[in-house]
Amino acid sequence: MAELNVDLVAADRKVWSGAAREVSAPSADGQIGILAGHTPLLAVLRPGTVKVSTAPGQVAVEAQVSGGFVSVDDDVVTLVVDDLSEVGGHAGTRA
Amino acid sequence: MAGGSQRVYKQRIKSTQSLKKMFRAQELIAASRIGKARGRTAAAAPYERAITRAVSAVATHTSTDHPLTTERTDTDRVAVLVIASDRGMAGSYSAAIIRESERLVARLTAEGKQVSLYAAGRRAISYYKYRDRELAGQWSYGSDSPESEVAGDIADTLLGAFLAPEAEGGVSELHVVYTQFVNMVTQRPRVVRMLPLEVVEGVATPGEHDALPLYDFEPSPESVLDALLPRYVRSRIFSFMLEAAASELASRQRAMHTATDNAEDIIRNYTRLANQARQADITQEISEIVSGADALAAS
Repeated sequence: MAELNVDLVAADRKVWSGAAREVSAPSADGQIGILAGHTPLLAVLRPGTVKVSTAPGQVAVEAQVSGGFVSVDDDVVTLVVDDLSEVGGHAGTRA
Repeated sequence: MAGGSQRVYKQRIKSTQSLKKMFRAQELIAASRIGKARGRTAAAAPYERAITRAVSAVATHTSTDHPLTTERTDTDRVAVLVIASDRGMAGSYSAAIIRESERLVARLTAEGKQVSLYAAGRRAISYYKYRDRELAGQWSYGSDSPESEVAGDIADTLLGAFLAPEAEGGVSELHVVYTQFVNMVTQRPRVVRMLPLEVVEGVATPGEHDALPLYDFEPSPESVLDALLPRYVRSRIFSFMLEAAASELASRQRAMHTATDNAEDIIRNYTRLANQARQADITQEISEIVSGADALAAS
């Protein structure tokens, strides 16, 4: 199954990057889930929880954000967040 | 007087030695921080890249006009943000950046524009304060390790000025003067026109089959742009500040290295002079003793 290529970046660092199966983000209209093959999307994020899962039930990052945006294009997901505090998951590559 | 000039030289050697120690310490501090500063510049790059890509995507796929991308014609006031350092001891770093901004101000004034100055870094603030020039905004923020909050604060102030109506001191353009970090030995002052925005970087050239990838905007293109553009400005200003910090540290390291070398030269010179003075004193004493003995023997 196709995978998503996820980058989660904050203003001063890259928080997580890698392949994932599902991304969940608090968009302006409600929590959205992104799977491979999603239509190109640019959405504003409101305060909430961002979650990146590498496999069903396996959360790689889970973090509280205060705002930002998410862009999806050709299975490349870029999450740009403002304030971020991690609440769980296994920290991935940290830059 | 015997011993007098010797003592003076010794004193000078001593004080130069303690100065040299200080220069050396500053050099080492700057050298150790510069790696960190460059690391932070690199760490902030993904964010900036992501935002730039998103902004270009919106800009190419919609025809939405946004206040931040539109030229203002109702006022001829323009804002200039000068990013300088908090401390000296960095050679010509501050002087160069201030000279560049003065040149910009002169050019803008010649174009019939009114310039309102925003200064970041104590060096720039004190320069303009001393000359009784009015500053519309000032920040001193630990210029060798800027935080993204400060950048956010600066950006918000400037965006506020850009969006403010003419009567409340609105500005029609924003120029940023900062020092570009080319490499360890070259840093050059650079002027960037920040607002109104022109997004040109990283626009993907559409291939023949995907002429217009249809983005879904949530909630709407306008609000996405509304959220993106201020962030874009903020991240640009932050990256300018980070680059300025790296440049400042590089100039400081270089300046302090030169100062250390100079101190060594001075110490060497004074040591020679002190030795000479000692020899002269000894010679004089010997000739005094000899002539005293001669006089006694003659009598």
